[in-house]
Amino acid sequence: MARREFLTGNEAMAEAAIAAGLKVFIGYPITPASDLFEYLAEKLPEHGGIVFQGEDEIASINALVGAVYAGAKAMTATSGPGFSLMAESLGLAAMVEAPIVIVYNMRTGPSTGIATGTGQGDVMQSRWASHGHYMDVVYAPWSVQEAYNLVIKAFDTAWRLRVPTIVLGDTILAHTRELVVAYEPGEVKVADRKPPREPPGQFKPFKPDPDDLVPPMAFYGEGYAVLVESLAHDERGYYTTNPKVYEALVRRLEEKVMKNKHLVAQSDSRMAEDAETLIVAFGTLARSALALVKDLRKQGKKVGLWRPVSIWPLDEEGLVKAAEKASRVIVAEMNLGQLYREVARILAPLGKKVELVPVLSPELPGPDELLDYFEKAGVRI
Amino acid sequence: MTIQVPKTALSHRVEDLLRTERLPHVWCPGCGIGIVLQAFLRAVKDLEAKGVINRNQLVFVTGIGCTGRASGYVRLDGAHTPHGRPIAYAYGVKLGNPKLVPVVFSGDGDLAGIGGNHLLHAARRNFDLLVIMVNNLNYALTGGQLAPTTPRGVYSTTTPKGNPERPLDAARLVAALGANYVARWSIHYPVHIEESIKKALPRRGFRFIEVLSICPEIFGRHIGFRTPAELYERLRKISKVRKPKSLEDIKYDWDEEITLGVFVDKDEPGYMESLCERYNYSWCDELPEKRWARK
Ligand code: SF4
Repeated sequence: MARREFLTGNEAMAEAAIAAGLKVFIGYPITPASDLFEYLAEKLPEHGGIVFQGEDEIASINALVGAVYAGAKAMTATSGPGFSLMAESLGLAAMVEAPIVIVYNMRTGPSTGIATGTGQGDVMQSRWASHGHYMDVVYAPWSVQEAYNLVIKAFDTAWRLRVPTIVLGDTILAHTRELVVAYEPGEVKVADRKPPREPPGQFKPFKPDPDDLVPPMAFYGEGYAVLVESLAHDERGYYTTNPKVYEALVRRLEEKVMKNKHLVAQSDSRMAEDAETLIVAFGTLARSALALVKDLRKQGKKVGLWRPVSIWPLDEEGLVKAAEKASRVIVAEMNLGQLYREVARILAPLGKKVELVPVLSPELPGPDELLDYFEKAGVRI
Repeated sequence: MTIQVPKTALSHRVEDLLRTERLPHVWCPGCGIGIVLQAFLRAVKDLEAKGVINRNQLVFVTGIGCTGRASGYVRLDGAHTPHGRPIAYAYGVKLGNPKLVPVVFSGDGDLAGIGGNHLLHAARRNFDLLVIMVNNLNYALTGGQLAPTTPRGVYSTTTPKGNPERPLDAARLVAALGANYVARWSIHYPVHIEESIKKALPRRGFRFIEVLSICPEIFGRHIGFRTPAELYERLRKISKVRKPKSLEDIKYDWDEEITLGVFVDKDEPGYMESLCERYNYSWCDELPEKRWARK
């Protein structure tokens, strides 16, 4: 039965993971993700799951890949410095198509930064942390309820597409308490692996189905002698330096997500239909941006908001549609221009003026303070 | 290209545990890794014949390096993970499905160098895991650079005037951290290696078997050993099988003695049982370690 609960973002994401069937949580303490870990340490064993504290984030993500191949729904939670350490084996997860889920709460950087402050400086890091070309999926909730929903969606995406999937929150989201409609395990539907269709000996662990480009997955212990190969591999999982096989593999890792983009890409438009000025913002900053849009509307200014819910991949068509009528687009984000580059690239063919309002602060600005940042950037509405 | 091996002429006792379609392997002539791998595969066959284990419950995890390539040839569930990470990957496998039996098979650089943190914490936790470390005394696959196990004084490609560092005695370290089973052999003792693996595989807690190996192509040739046999002999001369009186009595000294033998042999509950003391998991009665401990 669905129930209503008053939860912080971290508690909601932990509850969502339990509802999605989480069996193993492996993590390393870091602000602002530790209380999610602590909450699960209390709750997950009641649902038959294991919570394990790795010796570091490197151990955690590698163990996570091992756990999903052993058949468990598995998750970790971290923040910028921890995610930096996970970078190497985020690539492993992508390469071996391991359906891992990572809650990634951004804080203020670079380096140790302001550990308790919020931030949005990790847009690119969430996408390109590891070496080589690979694909992951990143969702960015703006409310506790949406964080809950997106963690469930992250499990679904990860298992449906066998792709590492990240829920990109921040300090504010992690600790904000809001009313949430939550579910019990079994009440929400989350994708499972596609089991092998061939018997052992004939099954190829990296042979994709042609329709969705996702290979069926054999778990360890089922008799398939699955080799999980971090090297470039053929459909059997065998190392190869064959340029054609390599190209096909790397292309497929990207194409399996892009081909199924309709299942992943998501955005939210508010008052964009007649907007002359479109503000683009994501995550908790978008809440201040929406309040500002409402204030400006009261003053008779035609302003709207477009908010990406999935950041990688972006709902590019949704952005183009929202920006169609606007003469100018303003990107407000808590860094010196990361999402901005993407928005400018997507809207370049439309000839729109795209401006940037950087908000470099360890605190989330309210709507009036956000307007001050607009002025500081020389962006007037 | 596939190489067709006529079955009748060349079939081997452990052939069914190998991905023979991948042969020939990458290892150099005279390399010691194959001796250790064969000892492992023979142990698996033997334990399987005795009904102790089932090959479908084994997960064979390796890291990067010459030894790390072994997972590519072994016909078991397995993984070839990033450099230094096989132990972390392997305990993830166990947490994901406690009925599985992960085995880590990797080199000294991988396990004791870049992966040192995982090694020491897995040992400290007495995590239910068998680790077989092939110690070839250098970073071989990348060209003979210094390893934490390289003997003091000998030349490596990154210490051209000889290694100024004290080497790491991984077996002594792991023993000090409270692992259930710790042994060190050299490739001169294939039967001992096999017996050791047979003893350690069906055991709870953390088990660590180090095997000193020869890398004639990179380590040996660079420091003046012209043939694999010369390096083999040099290693044989300093390795000594004996029962150490204490941890301090275990030697890892290229000029004096490298102590071989079984250093720790106990049967304390491992991490998974310790978890089961606190939580009532449905799998607690089906832990293979628990079944073995009862025998
Ligand atoms: S480089 Fe050394 S360790 Fe590697 S395969 Fe050759 S002989 Fe063996």
